[in-house]
This record gives sequence, C-alpha cells and structure tokens, in this order.
Amino acid sequence: MIYFNNVTKKYRESVSLEDVSITITQGEFVAIVGHSGAGKTTLTKLILAEESPTEGTVFFESTDIHKLSKKDLTNFRRKVGVVFQDFRLLSNKTVYENIAFAMEAVEKSEEDIFQDVPHVLELVDLTSKSFYFPHQLSGGEKQRLAIARAIITQPDLIIADEPTGNLDPINTNEVMNLLKKINDLGTTIILTTHNKTVLDQIKKRVITLENGRVIRDDKEGKYML
Amino acid sequence: MFLINTKRIIVSGYRNFIRSGFISISSVLIMTVTLFVITSLIFVQAALNSSLNDIKEKVDVTVYFVSDTEVSAIENIEEALKNLPEVRDITYTSQDQALVEFKERHSNDYLTLQALDELDENPLGASLNIKAKDPSQYESISKYFESDDALSRGALTVIDKIDYHQNKIVIDRLTSIINGAKKLGFAVSLILVLISILITFNTIRLIIYMSREEINVMKLVGAGSKYIRGPFIVSGIFVGVVSSLVTIILFIPVSIWLGNQITDFVGINLYSYYKSNFLQLFIIMLGSGVAIGSISSVFAIHRYLQK
Repeated sequence: MIYFNNVTKKYRESVSLEDVSITITQGEFVAIVGHSGAGKTTLTKLILAEESPTEGTVFFESTDIHKLSKKDLTNFRRKVGVVFQDFRLLSNKTVYENIAFAMEAVEKSEEDIFQDVPHVLELVDLTSKSFYFPHQLSGGEKQRLAIARAIITQPDLIIADEPTGNLDPINTNEVMNLLKKINDLGTTIILTTHNKTVLDQIKKRVITLENGRVIRDDKEGKYML
Repeated sequence: MFLINTKRIIVSGYRNFIRSGFISISSVLIMTVTLFVITSLIFVQAALNSSLNDIKEKVDVTVYFVSDTEVSAIENIEEALKNLPEVRDITYTSQDQALVEFKERHSNDYLTLQALDELDENPLGASLNIKAKDPSQYESISKYFESDDALSRGALTVIDKIDYHQNKIVIDRLTSIINGAKKLGFAVSLILVLISILITFNTIRLIIYMSREEINVMKLVGAGSKYIRGPFIVSGIFVGVVSSLVTIILFIPVSIWLGNQITDFVGINLYSYYKSNFLQLFIIMLGSGVAIGSISSVFAIHRYLQK
C-alpha cells in the first residue's frame, strides 16, 4: 500500500532520513519508534506530502505521492486520516462541527453528516460534549475527537503521529484501544511513538529508526532502544 | 452540491466571524477607520466644491457707464453681451438704483451723504454686472470691449470703466488657488485612502497568518482550496458589512456636529448633505468595505494554499 524507495530527506545540511526503504501493506498496524529527531515525524510528513524527499520516491499504491497535482493531492489526502500529538483541532468549531468539517470537506451530503457524526461521537464517547469547543475538552477527549475526525471519512490509512504523547496512562490506553479497534475493522494504521508500554501492549510490527536509518523491523516487535 | 457548498461556506464564515470575538472586533475597528477616512474625504470634497462655488459666485465683472448714457445704448450692449457664449448672467443697475444702493451703503457716513446732497444731479452711472460661466472666462469677456464689434456699437464712448482689470490679479490668484486646492485635495485623499487600505490589508493578513495552522489542518483533512478559502472571504465580507454599518451610524452625530459648527465657513450644511446623499454614501461605504475585506482575504490566504 505504501512504499518508501531509498528515501533520503535533508534539511539543509542535516540528514533527517537516510536511504529508507519500507513497505507497508493493506490492513497492517505499524509502529514507528525512535528517539526524538530520529526521523519519525519526517516520515509521516513525507506520506502526507507536507514535505518532499530529497532523494527517492514514496508511492501510495501505484502513484508517486510527490508528483500529484494540487487537485489530486487533495483527493489523495481524503484517503488518509491524520492524528497528531498536539491534536490540531479547529478551535473555532465545536466537537460536532470539527467532525462534520471533515465530511463537508469531502463533499458528503447533509444526510450522511447527520447520520454518521453522532455514530462516531458515540464510538469515541463524546456524545455528551457535542457542543463543546476544543479548549473546553481534556487532553484525552481532544485526542479522541481527533481520532473521530480522522476516521469519519472511512480512510484507507490512518497516520497517528505520537497520538499519546500528551496523554496520561489511562487516556493513552483508551486511545490505543480505539486505534486497535479501527485497525480490526480493516484500516491500515501507521503510528509513531516512543512509549514503551504502548508497544508492548499492542504486539504489532515495529520499525525502529535511529539517526534517520531503519535499524530494526520486527514482525511482532518490542521496544528495543 | 454547489448550493450546499456555498451554504456551508457562508455558515462557516459567519461562525468564524462571530466566534473569533476580539479578533473580529479589532478588524472591524480597523476597517471602520478606513471607511471613516474614505467618507471624510467625500465630505471634504463636497465642502471644498461648495466653497469653491461660493467663491466663484463672488467673482464678476462690472461695466460702469458714464452718467448721461442713453438707456437704449446700454440695452444694445447688454444684448450683445448676452450673445457671448461665456456669459451666464447679466444684471442691470440703473442710475437711480445705484444711488439708492450707494446711500444705503453709506447710511452711517453723514459727511458723504451731505456731499451727495450738495450735487444737483446724480453723479453715479448705470452699470452692468456680468457673471461668466467659469472664472477663467472673465478675461475674454473684458477683452470683448476692446474688440471692433463693441466699438461699432459705440460702446467705448459710453463706458466709464471696467473693473475687471482691478480685479484681475485677485481673480487670477483665486483661480489658481481653486485649481491647486483641488489637485492637492485629490492627491492627499488618494494617499490617505491608500494608507488605510494597506493597514486594513495587513490586519487581515495577520489574522489569516494566525490561522495558518488551521489552514494546514483543513488541507490534511482533505479540504480543497476553494473550500478553505471561502469561509475566510465570507468573514472578510462580514467585516466589511459590519464596519460600513458602524461607519454610517457614526457619521450621523459627526455630520450633525459639523453642520452646526462649520456650515458658515464651508457654505454647505454637511448634515443635510449627508441626509440627501445617504443611500449613495452607504453604497460607497458598503462597497468599499466588502471589496477591501474580501480582496484582502483572497490575497492573504493565497500563500497558504500553495500545496
């Protein structure tokens, strides 16, 4: 589904990713681990075409992500849901509107929105807070909202960049369970983290980065740094 | 889908405007200042024009005739003058009228009146007061009296004096001041308007700059450029609409106050001017507000939508 072919990314002189080749298949749950600055976030930014590789290519199925036109890129992004460490919610919109926005963006009808949003709100247990604004939510609630927004359009792939980085253990657990549940329903998930307990709990594929290079790729991985 | 999208964009733009609270208020304030400047300039132009007209009205040429000129000779000349294209209006003052006016003017000057009484006959001549269509045309009117056409009518023998030559310097200077004031007024207006538009533009740019993270999030969620841009433009339009409403209300007390204070000075009551041109002024304010708000938003957001 996603193919990194000898990808190198440099920011001026400093190398962020060096000669990375990874293949991620449909339905996988992949954790990418490493110290800060190992290149985890760069990797996700490359998949979302927020950054372009200095060398090499990144393919989504059979298309080179970085050769897409602006319009095709918009269409591609609709197939990918994103969850960030810092949530990145729309501060001027309520919980309900934040989720509805993702559906409006992909031109879903009013009926679909009316039907699906409450459903997802229930899934992430935020029904009672539909009309709250993001600044009125706790960290865990914000992240659950971000996940709800990411899955509402039923994307093929979800990228979660340190989704538990700002959460306490209980909220971390909830978020991870939620992601696992989504993965069980068939959605591919790429997760970056440096939380050891998270990894030991989920028992999925782990790719370890160090100084921009892949140093381990374990089928049922453990945190090995 | 187009209709639904439009509706969503408008609703979202409206909500952004309302929910941004303090930010919206500050951009409305800045925009109000801009519209205030634009409207003030319209007022200044109106006041300037009206006082210029007043001044123009005061410029004229008077032809004095020697005291025993036949009325028919004067009528001949009046007739000839009326045919000149430059002439707008001619007022005839007879010898008797001139005397009455002279006495009125000097009613406190006992000595002069007594001297006048000493004379057996009326020493004052009849006169023609000529108004031109434009101040610059007085020269050609006064030249007319030196031309052959006027001579053939025997004008030269009956004319005592033409006061144009005495007024000439004053008239010339006034004409150049009028033209200068107009040019200067226009240049100053233009600069002020440009400055305030720039300030408004930068304010809106800053506001959108603050939203750049959200714009990024919208892109990542898969929203197209139009769908991201739309609500910002709608917010900009709302800023324009609200500001024009604020400005139009603000100008009611301002114009009443100006009407009370400077009507004598500028020769126009700005409050009645405001009332009679209300709709026009409102359309100008609304139009400029909406245009500045939306165009600024389009330009400001452009750079965040490139990939």
